Amino acid sequence: MNSLVKTAALVGTDAVAEAMRQINPDVVAAYPITPQTAIVETFSQMVADGQVKTHMIAVESEHSAMSATIGAASSGVRAMTCTSSQGLAYMWELLYVASGLRLPIVMPNVNRSLSAPINIHCDHGDSMGARDSGWIQLFSENAQEAYDNTIQALRIAEHPDVKLPVMVLLDGFIISHSIDRLDLQDDTSIQNFIGVRKPAFSVLDAKSPTSVGTFDSLYGYFFEFKRQQEEGMANAIKVIQEVGKEYGELSGRPYGLFETVGMDDAEYAIIATGSAAGTIRTEVEKLRSKGIPVGMIKLRSFRPFPAAQLANLLSGLKAVAVFDRSSTFAGNTGGPIFIELRSSLYEMEKKPQIINFVYGLGGRDLSIELITKAADELLEIKQNGFAQPYVNYLGLRE
Amino acid sequence: MTWDIEKIQDWKWTEHPPGGVIKAPGNSRQFKTGGWRAFRPVRDENKCSQCLVCYVFCPDSAIITKDDKVVEIDYRFCKGCGICAQECPRDAIEMRDETGD
Repeated sequence: MNSLVKTAALVGTDAVAEAMRQINPDVVAAYPITPQTAIVETFSQMVADGQVKTHMIAVESEHSAMSATIGAASSGVRAMTCTSSQGLAYMWELLYVASGLRLPIVMPNVNRSLSAPINIHCDHGDSMGARDSGWIQLFSENAQEAYDNTIQALRIAEHPDVKLPVMVLLDGFIISHSIDRLDLQDDTSIQNFIGVRKPAFSVLDAKSPTSVGTFDSLYGYFFEFKRQQEEGMANAIKVIQEVGKEYGELSGRPYGLFETVGMDDAEYAIIATGSAAGTIRTEVEKLRSKGIPVGMIKLRSFRPFPAAQLANLLSGLKAVAVFDRSSTFAGNTGGPIFIELRSSLYEMEKKPQIINFVYGLGGRDLSIELITKAADELLEIKQNGFAQPYVNYLGLRE
Repeated sequence: MTWDIEKIQDWKWTEHPPGGVIKAPGNSRQFKTGGWRAFRPVRDENKCSQCLVCYVFCPDSAIITKDDKVVEIDYRFCKGCGICAQECPRDAIEMRDETGD
């Protein structure tokens, strides 16, 4: 049964702020950074207008933003922050504290490239750099998904089998500053969906004193705690799907680890994430109308990485093109999605040929013409030979 | 809440509290820090005036008293920091190398 819906036209940042208003977090600590600023600006207005009961902390840096959020979350309340690019980089050491302490913090990150040169536009280099920080990372294709992901992230983060912070990712400017049509659920059904946080501990509970953030000391159990984190991340594979299904029952928009288009009888596939999926879907549908058996996978969950699920889906295909909006700088060995997907396919008997397109760094536009060019290269790969080079820079002036 | 950590070194990764959060306060007595010690404080009873300065300064509560008098040093917890020897107004505490040199 769908809950009451209001259709709205909002920029992505306002869609996220609206989700935050409905979540009504107890604490938000944030610092402005382009292109995230608009989220916290709008949310601050909501606080000032008394629309939420949130305690808003205007901190002096992102390092402090994440520190304050960790402190608040340790007391058992719901705590959020938002950031982008350099701001995410500045909170780096605290990202590991949040995941290491198993705190269910939700943080929208508006993807923007990292300096230098200074560039405010979209690529995924900022969040990809944090891919080993123990945070769950969910990508959004548009404002609707940014809104939906923010709400679902809370349930995923707080699930007792997961207990990990979640980064909700949306492309800078392309999603954050473009007006999009989206459906908003009513406040009551969102409140019912997220429920009340049931913290495992609270540092402010005087009746049950707790030590948090203790020194691992000379005995050394660090390894054991890291293994636990790995398990929490593995458990998130199931929880993301369960929460996505339940959210689908509420909203009519079910979510999984990834979305597929025309994969049932596909011989070729394109895998991408973020806003590029919208443009690529158009190309895939065009190719389909010409009778070419190509499908698309839109990756939603990059952390956890659905390795087994993707490998099963792609095994037996002729060729796969992976679109990465960031690079690993390992020396022309491809972007992070490409590298991880390629590794996931290693065990499969029927491996598809796989080709990488690194695109859109620093906001370089991904036009339909470029996708057509990439699709042409994908379709040209013969069964018995790799495309050379297998890492391509799409849209680069060369 | 009580927390038995006697066999913590044998615990599997599944047995530790998530995030290293300790919900049993006041458990430092279970943490024997004596193994850190490189130098051992040895008290000369003849020099000692029982002023209890060592007792006040010891950061590990390792100076054991009875009836307001120092009776022994608890080597299970003494880290060998040497503060007691430094502060003793009678130079009654000597720091001896644990290796015997």
